[in-house]
Amino acid sequence: MIELNSRVPDGPIEEKWDKHRFEMKLVNPANKRKYDVIVVGAGLAGASAAATMAELGYNVSCFVFHDSPRRAHSIAAQGGINAAKNYQNDGDSVQRLFYDTVKGGDFRAREANVYRLAQVSVNIIDQCVAQGVPFAREYGGLLANRSFGGAQVSRTFYARGQTGQQLLIGAYQALERQIALGKVKMHTFSEMLDLVVTDGRARGIVTRNLLTGEITGHAADAVVLATGGYGNVFFLSTNAKYSNVTASWRAHKKGAAFANPCYTQIHPTCIPVSGEHQSKLTLMSESLRTDGRVWVPKKQNDNRAPAQIPEAERDYYLERKYPSFGNLAPRDIASRAAKEACDEGRGVGPGGLGVYLDFADAINRVGQTTIAERYGNLFDMYQRITDENPYRQPMRIYPAVHYTMGGLWVDYNLMSSIPGCHVIGEANFSDHGANRLGASALMQGLADGYFVLPYTIGNYLAGLKHEKIDAATHPAFVDAVQSVKSQSEQLLAIKGKRTVDSFHKQLGHIMWDKCGMARTHEGLTEGIAQIQQLRKEYWSDVNVPGSGATLNQSLEKAGRVADFIELGELMCRDALNREESAGGHFRVEYQEDGEAKRNDDEFAYVAAWEWTGPDSEPRLHKEALEYENVKLATRSYK
Amino acid sequence: MRLTLHVWRQSGPNAAGKMETYPVDGVEADMSFLEMFDMLNERLTTAGKEPIAFSHDCREGICGSCAMMINGQAHGPWKGAATCQLHMRAFKDGDEVYVEPWRAKAFPIVKDLVVDRSGFDRIIQSGGYVSVNTGGARDANEILIGKDVVEESMDAAACIGCGACVAACPNASASLFTGAKISHLGLLPQGQPERDRRALSMVETMDLEGFGHCTLTGECQEACPKEISIDVIKRMNRDYATAAVRFVPAKESVGAG
Repeated sequence: MIELNSRVPDGPIEEKWDKHRFEMKLVNPANKRKYDVIVVGAGLAGASAAATMAELGYNVSCFVFHDSPRRAHSIAAQGGINAAKNYQNDGDSVQRLFYDTVKGGDFRAREANVYRLAQVSVNIIDQCVAQGVPFAREYGGLLANRSFGGAQVSRTFYARGQTGQQLLIGAYQALERQIALGKVKMHTFSEMLDLVVTDGRARGIVTRNLLTGEITGHAADAVVLATGGYGNVFFLSTNAKYSNVTASWRAHKKGAAFANPCYTQIHPTCIPVSGEHQSKLTLMSESLRTDGRVWVPKKQNDNRAPAQIPEAERDYYLERKYPSFGNLAPRDIASRAAKEACDEGRGVGPGGLGVYLDFADAINRVGQTTIAERYGNLFDMYQRITDENPYRQPMRIYPAVHYTMGGLWVDYNLMSSIPGCHVIGEANFSDHGANRLGASALMQGLADGYFVLPYTIGNYLAGLKHEKIDAATHPAFVDAVQSVKSQSEQLLAIKGKRTVDSFHKQLGHIMWDKCGMARTHEGLTEGIAQIQQLRKEYWSDVNVPGSGATLNQSLEKAGRVADFIELGELMCRDALNREESAGGHFRVEYQEDGEAKRNDDEFAYVAAWEWTGPDSEPRLHKEALEYENVKLATRSYK
Repeated sequence: MRLTLHVWRQSGPNAAGKMETYPVDGVEADMSFLEMFDMLNERLTTAGKEPIAFSHDCREGICGSCAMMINGQAHGPWKGAATCQLHMRAFKDGDEVYVEPWRAKAFPIVKDLVVDRSGFDRIIQSGGYVSVNTGGARDANEILIGKDVVEESMDAAACIGCGACVAACPNASASLFTGAKISHLGLLPQGQPERDRRALSMVETMDLEGFGHCTLTGECQEACPKEISIDVIKRMNRDYATAAVRFVPAKESVGAG
């Protein structure tokens, strides 16, 4: 039975983190090397945590399924990273970043975590610059900033449209340095397939070597999951193809509560779907909304080319509905507004599933050269995919699944409901509430990895006795290895008629229709039944070719899709339970004048679900959210 | 459109490989090259055959995973694009397309089109970083860096580590990759203290890993999906030469008692 204790320190919010850092137990520097820590994943959160813990002296092993720790999906983040530096002298502060994040998350995040995030945001920029991250600069040599959605100050640091890449390369280089020093043992091509829990504590993982098929247990004193988000449950999303929920889901089945799985971010500016063959969706950075204006024709089914539609017949609907934030309204709001315009028959492009993002005014104002300098690589990317030139005609964009705010439940120390199993970055649920603001994912990943977990993990380790266990012989490891082997063998033995991808696409359709941008009681109930049926078919009719003793990409996918199917059902259940609209979760039944309607009296809580078995309903646990510093208010960007 | 694909198939690192031919119809101009491979793999699986293994992940040209030699060109015919960004409108009905893995001794084949690029990680391990531990960094704006300097550094830092430069080079040299990292860090004030050590060590590792020497053919910059210029190789050679003359390794300090 899971018990949720957030372990938020008492005292004024400004002092909680300092006080906590003082009160936490320390591990003596000479003793740190006696502790083994496993880090799974090497994106921003995993690489920064592994490097930092190794610098502190812990004995770190890091596991990734990629061929190199430089490939994780953090690398694709384009726009930037927020920090409350107030370099622009426009009124920013830790307090304001904190407030914007809580409000942006529609008052469904834990206050104390968000405040700490805002506090350490400034250290992240310092650290990254020291590593040699080439952030954009002004002519005088100072750092440049840009604006992002949901904020009225300019606090986003960027490196062209490749900010995630540059930050990840910084963390990767720090990690490689520790590998060279022998402080991190790196395991590439290794996929975590189970968490090993014994005596009520996480003591290691089971991995499959993707090249040889070998399944092995690895023991440690603590495990850190930095395994990213689960947007690919929709099949089509902006996530990289390998991004998956498997590590988190296997930990969930071992007792880690899964929190707020229904909070899904649908990003408003992606390139629309072009056909059934589509394998993923491509994001066009939100930063484009700084200079681009979103519009659709006022008339329904207006098939004229955009240039033929006069100004008076265009509806700049974000500027009309949200005059104070305009095109920089937060993502959930901008996405829903795009869906509404298309539902009204005013969408553009094939199938009417698109809206325009127009740079003509910006090009007239600052010139094409400046626009190219700001967004050149994004414009090139757009042209390659669509064969249209966005300097000459507006981009066509449509919302797509982009990020998942839900994830494994963690306390203030970033520890899950399984002692010793820590969860950082997108894989945890903690900081973004029901909606994440742009440029805050990079901030959270690096805050967790560089500045939070390396402290809090010491507090956990210092309380342990030194008891090494042998992964080769310990019964819990032997059992876990055996069960992973059986699952692989089972998948290979089904030899059904349908490919793994065909099931994944079908799951994606169900999720998008029933648990996408607009959800209803009826639709979610149908969705659950359809997913249960799909699960039965999957385990009797999937065709996984090849063997388990070699590189087998179909087998890798098969295990991940099996987990996505189970997760999909939980997402629908969570969405069904949450009878309100909040951030990325919009229930059609709960709205007022077309805007989302929260229900703070009944739903100001974190919904943390406990796994009770494949065929029984999960058990709901609630962590009440208390707001002592931010007044609960209707979120307005008007 | 209908294409004829000739693809390198190799079941494992030590197995003999050969080209196999696959006619593929129903290819649409809007598909990416990898989506065409997805379609072929779905058909192979349904027909009871083993699909073709290939590396990919982000499918937007930034993770550096994808790696295909297409009609003898690393990442295919489009300039400044990775394999995943290549779209089928680059081909026409009836085309024959030859697809091979990266060819280089330092990138051994794992299976089909998948190669082992861990040599790149070891080059970075030997010095491709600034030695700063987390914490204690000074305020970011205390380090002034001119806009032109940071832009030039960023041009080099844009490298995605895909290995196209090695695959395109007749000598299988990793000079563009190594030069890009040496330039990225060597141009910035943060990279100065370790500049000599970095150049010597990374160049040495590049040689030990079995990459060939650079003869400035320029094939690498033509193949690079981020269009990194061979100017970074000039910078690497200059840094290496300077360091070789003046670099004295720091003495380990011994306790004074």
